[in-house]
Amino acid sequence: MIRQTIRIATLSCVLAVAAWPAYAQDSTQKGVHIGLTYQPGTKPGVVVLPVGGAWGDSVQAIIARDLDFSDRIEIIGQPGTSAALAVQQASDSGRNVGSGLWKTLGAAAVVQANMTPTGVHFVLQDVAAGRQAQAADAALPTPQGSAAWRLAVHQVSDEIERWITGTRGIAATRVLYVNDSRIYLIDSDGADVRAITSGATALSPAWDSDGRHIAYSQFDEQGTRVMVGDLVTGQARTLATGGLNITPTFSPDGKSIVYAHGKENGTDLMLADPFSNRPATQITVGRGTDNVSPSFSPDGRRIAFTSGRAGHPEVYVVDADGSNAELLTPFNFGDQNYRSNPDWSPDGRQVAFQSRINGEFQIMTITLRDRSVKQLTSEGRNEDPSWAPDGRHLVFTSTRTGAKELFVLDVESGRVRQLTHSGGSRLAAWSPMLGRAP
Amino acid sequence: MNRKTRVAPALLVAIAASAAAACHKPAPPPAPVQAVNQDSIDAANRAREDSMRAEQARRDSIARAEADAARMKAEREAAINEMKATLAQPVYFAFDSDALSDSSQATLDKKLAIMNGNPSLRIRVEGNTDARGSDEYNMALGQRRAASAKRYLTQHGIDDSRIDIISYGEERPVASGNDEASYAQNRRDNFVITAGADQLQPVATQ
Repeated sequence: MIRQTIRIATLSCVLAVAAWPAYAQDSTQKGVHIGLTYQPGTKPGVVVLPVGGAWGDSVQAIIARDLDFSDRIEIIGQPGTSAALAVQQASDSGRNVGSGLWKTLGAAAVVQANMTPTGVHFVLQDVAAGRQAQAADAALPTPQGSAAWRLAVHQVSDEIERWITGTRGIAATRVLYVNDSRIYLIDSDGADVRAITSGATALSPAWDSDGRHIAYSQFDEQGTRVMVGDLVTGQARTLATGGLNITPTFSPDGKSIVYAHGKENGTDLMLADPFSNRPATQITVGRGTDNVSPSFSPDGRRIAFTSGRAGHPEVYVVDADGSNAELLTPFNFGDQNYRSNPDWSPDGRQVAFQSRINGEFQIMTITLRDRSVKQLTSEGRNEDPSWAPDGRHLVFTSTRTGAKELFVLDVESGRVRQLTHSGGSRLAAWSPMLGRAP
Repeated sequence: MNRKTRVAPALLVAIAASAAAACHKPAPPPAPVQAVNQDSIDAANRAREDSMRAEQARRDSIARAEADAARMKAEREAAINEMKATLAQPVYFAFDSDALSDSSQATLDKKLAIMNGNPSLRIRVEGNTDARGSDEYNMALGQRRAASAKRYLTQHGIDDSRIDIISYGEERPVASGNDEASYAQNRRDNFVITAGADQLQPVATQ
């Protein structure tokens, strides 16, 4: 077996901030409980004040957009809204949080950031209590505007979201996807699109839980290989070759990769060590059928996957050692529908998948506990769901605007936003939280 | 040498005769030279024509042989090209199926005859799908389709090592439309000669 090492694009600059920034909490605020009461289903109004200084406009825009994309917060005074002018006037007339202006605008909190020589100082004002609720400093790497700098600003947004809602945001994440024949990376807010692979056609990217290693498959006339890439060193090596080797996924602990291997008698799931040359072991016994697209449960004990063993594709679940295979998605015998591409939610409670309805794929979820099924999309063809680390957002491929593009869905509110604008984007994989110490 | 000093023998005889006649009367002006020995002229002409005919016959024979060779070469090339086309002829499948239809088996039978008659021939079977299913599942389905054709050929006596298989899933369509006609064209096995194409020998196909 030839084990070659090839180059992929490096993101060393991105991951240079690998350690989660230890925010210097304002000493006067220590032990103070967040003054806001966040109720799921309601979105507190938040004003993000203009930020002075070089790159201040970018910082304000990124934070406001991140908080908006969280779908847990209502941003008041977004450019183009009727409140924008009032916010500007209120801001210009003084930033006294006790001012009745903020209450009039319906704001529960005000985010105030100032650029510092090394980064940004950011403060959350509680409007109802009329005082500062939280404050912290974050270092921002140079150069300003770079991918690493943007990631650090996204981390500020995620911390502010935690202050407000009690749950960390997911702005500091990225999405791997396929366009044309290459794997690309895009920030969660749609910025900084970068090609990762070149050469042979690449498919099915997947993240390691460390946010540094990725796996994918790549094919040409010689065969279809599973590759493992390192975004820091930019090196990729062949993990599996010979026959068909597709749809890799990392176990949650990063110690295993499960992928689908096919030769001349169907395709079965295999378990391999991503960083050694030890032979892979077979998990599923498909007896000539196709068993592909594995996704681990967050505890690493079970694997959801697509199997054609019943005569058409359905989603099954199997123990990680290959025992106890059972059908997950319900169907009636004679049902010629098609259900595939499972992705297990980060909280472990449900599995997203695609189901063909009236000839088109739609995104569905099924809960593990009571097997209740929910249809999440209906417009165009929608497929290949991948959960964000918050277990609330899904990225998926949709033809609703014509060519295939990636969209992000908030499962709770149903809000959808378009992530890519490149035409032909598909097979998305949402990263874990990035830039945090493991 | 002066060209005028060479005189044909028949002409010399004519000159001698007219010189004798000129002895008893004043010499008349020389009569126009007539061909007097028709037999030798005819003989010379016949000889020349014979040699030209022989040369023509020789040339015709060569041309016929060349034409025959060219025709045989063309026929052989046509036969080999037809064999290549037969080898390359795709096999088509129903939606989400790797089953070989009767017509697919007939297509494979023609390939069998060629492969049996050409032991150095090696091929690659490339399985493909339409774009309606899952991109990932289709990679496996294409593999199963390629394996299906290979299994048929090996079960009919072709050595396993002569056939490679690969799947392109839905990644390499030949028709881009979103209609059943396009889908049907894309649900196929393609066949590519990987070795032995330059040593192909024509075989009788049924």
